[in-house]
Amino acid sequence: MRNKILLIFTFCFFLKPGISYSLVEIDITRGNLDPLPISVSPFFADETSKEKIKKNLDIDNLGLEISKVIENNLRKTGLFDTLDRESFLQKPDIAHLKPRFEDWALIKSQVLITGKVNSKIINDKDYINIEFKLWDVLGAKFVDGLSLTTTPRSWRRVGHKISDKIYELLTGESGYFDTRIIYVAEEGPKTQRVKKLALMDQDGFNTKYITLGKELVLTPRFNPADDKIITYMSYFRNNPRVYIVNLQTGERKVVGDFRGMTFAPRFSPDGQKLIMSLAKDGNSEIWVRNLETNIQEKLTDHPSIDTSPSYSPDGKYITFNSDRSGYQQIYVMRSDGSNVKRISFGSGIYGTPVWSPRGDLIAFTKLHKRKFYIGVMRTDGTGERLLTENFYQEAPSWSPNGRIIIFYRETKTDDKGEGFSAKLWSIDLTGYNERLVLTETDASDPSWSSLLRN
Amino acid sequence: MNLGKIFKNAFLVIIFGLIVTACATKKSVTTKTDTSTTTKATETKKADPIEKLDALMQGDVYIGSDTVGELASGVPDRVFFATNETILTTASRETLRKQAAWLRQNSDVTVVVEGHADERGTREYNLALGERRANAAKDYLMTYGVSSDRIKVLSYGKERPVDSGSNPLSWSKNRRSVTVKAN
Repeated sequence: MRNKILLIFTFCFFLKPGISYSLVEIDITRGNLDPLPISVSPFFADETSKEKIKKNLDIDNLGLEISKVIENNLRKTGLFDTLDRESFLQKPDIAHLKPRFEDWALIKSQVLITGKVNSKIINDKDYINIEFKLWDVLGAKFVDGLSLTTTPRSWRRVGHKISDKIYELLTGESGYFDTRIIYVAEEGPKTQRVKKLALMDQDGFNTKYITLGKELVLTPRFNPADDKIITYMSYFRNNPRVYIVNLQTGERKVVGDFRGMTFAPRFSPDGQKLIMSLAKDGNSEIWVRNLETNIQEKLTDHPSIDTSPSYSPDGKYITFNSDRSGYQQIYVMRSDGSNVKRISFGSGIYGTPVWSPRGDLIAFTKLHKRKFYIGVMRTDGTGERLLTENFYQEAPSWSPNGRIIIFYRETKTDDKGEGFSAKLWSIDLTGYNERLVLTETDASDPSWSSLLRN
Repeated sequence: MNLGKIFKNAFLVIIFGLIVTACATKKSVTTKTDTSTTTKATETKKADPIEKLDALMQGDVYIGSDTVGELASGVPDRVFFATNETILTTASRETLRKQAAWLRQNSDVTVVVEGHADERGTREYNLALGERRANAAKDYLMTYGVSSDRIKVLSYGKERPVDSGSNPLSWSKNRRSVTVKAN
């Protein structure tokens, strides 16, 4: 069975990206994948554990809730068909001890997930222990498992960690479920949008607002080396500047001492440097600031607009957009600013290049014949593939495993100028599985964190 | 089968008729507004946006007076730009000369020149473009004798449109720099 699963993933992960196809073809072929049937048996807990957990969290059946988190994560990948738990024949506690594989094969399940929740007391404090097992139904054997202990409040994260482990076991790729997304939450009329920084789990839960909406805030980005640190641009006191915030302590500081507007910030992969643009006297250049030595340096030197810089994952190169050719195009240079080369040569204008965490691709926004596209190209500009077309969309950000791109999309307003909305969307690198990412309010400028550290 | 054919033909005739009448009405309205714009463009304010494009845009630069406020009596507060451009048109230069003259007479006033872009560009690029536009206006004011320390520049990119429409006319009103009193 493992071979069959591997075959499926080899197909969609390695063959597809190599094929260059137009958008019309995406529509024809979208959704023709055969998702893998998988059963997530509700995790079970004994009565004493159940009572304790109910007291702590006010959740009646935490095991069921955790299995729902996992199901939801797996289903949204488009790679798995999570079977209806109403059709399960075996009880969760017995299945976890020793599944009757015929019962699971009968409902056409190829993989079975089982689990158990225990409440625990360590140093007079309540904890929960969650254990899970992955079973190969056709091969009738146990494959792997995991046991995690945590504070009751972090139960959703356990669901995400288990999802990551399942994804890793079945695809051979690292997961992206135990991650967060920082974005700009938007409200109000189009001419007077109120914008706040918001942070949520990758699946849309646990939304927290980082700013109050008093000043305009834009383009938040995670530090890839530390998920507690973000950078963003704020119009605090009408001085548009780049800031760094520690989400844990709430400490906020302006980056550098520049005369002029700083914007378009992004961390280096090691988190020790920040690249951004400085606009002054009608010219925008790219600067780097070393956050440890506080030495800052100008990297570009051209009367055109140079902005939206992004580092390669090895930190040796920077991609950015510039209109030095007359229109916005994508360029790559060494991280010291030398050896600037244009890489986008297709028809239309190109912007917001973002280097994939795997290093082999650059995601971008393209405007061509009044339509906006999110696409990817190799780092030398070859192999351009457009993943999605719309009235307006931009700002791609990669999942930490480089398989999914999240971006935002805005709607066209009607004759009265009404009906505006901004939403987050995600799409697989393959061009399949386009999905609306649910947020409490309208949303834009998403940035995906690395897999969370503890 | 025959009935279907008849319906199809009737449908085509109706569609054709609609197209012809649509073209005809558009033409007559356009010529009408053409003659009236020279006196006052605001009169066409309630008309369909597409029908009054010729009257309110030159190339794709907005030349109407809707949304235009005053820095002082008789001194318009804003100038408009072509897509992706920072070049000042003849009309823009005239407006800025009026602003400069008024600022020279009122030497205690300081201003913020806000630069704006339309919604059809990426956010970060538009921030840079807004800054470029505001500086084009600032430079012109300086040429006409306003000292640079009286002019602050602030780019909003595409964050503060005045018109929420998603059409070329709305976008043309949003590509602007606005001179605002700061004290």
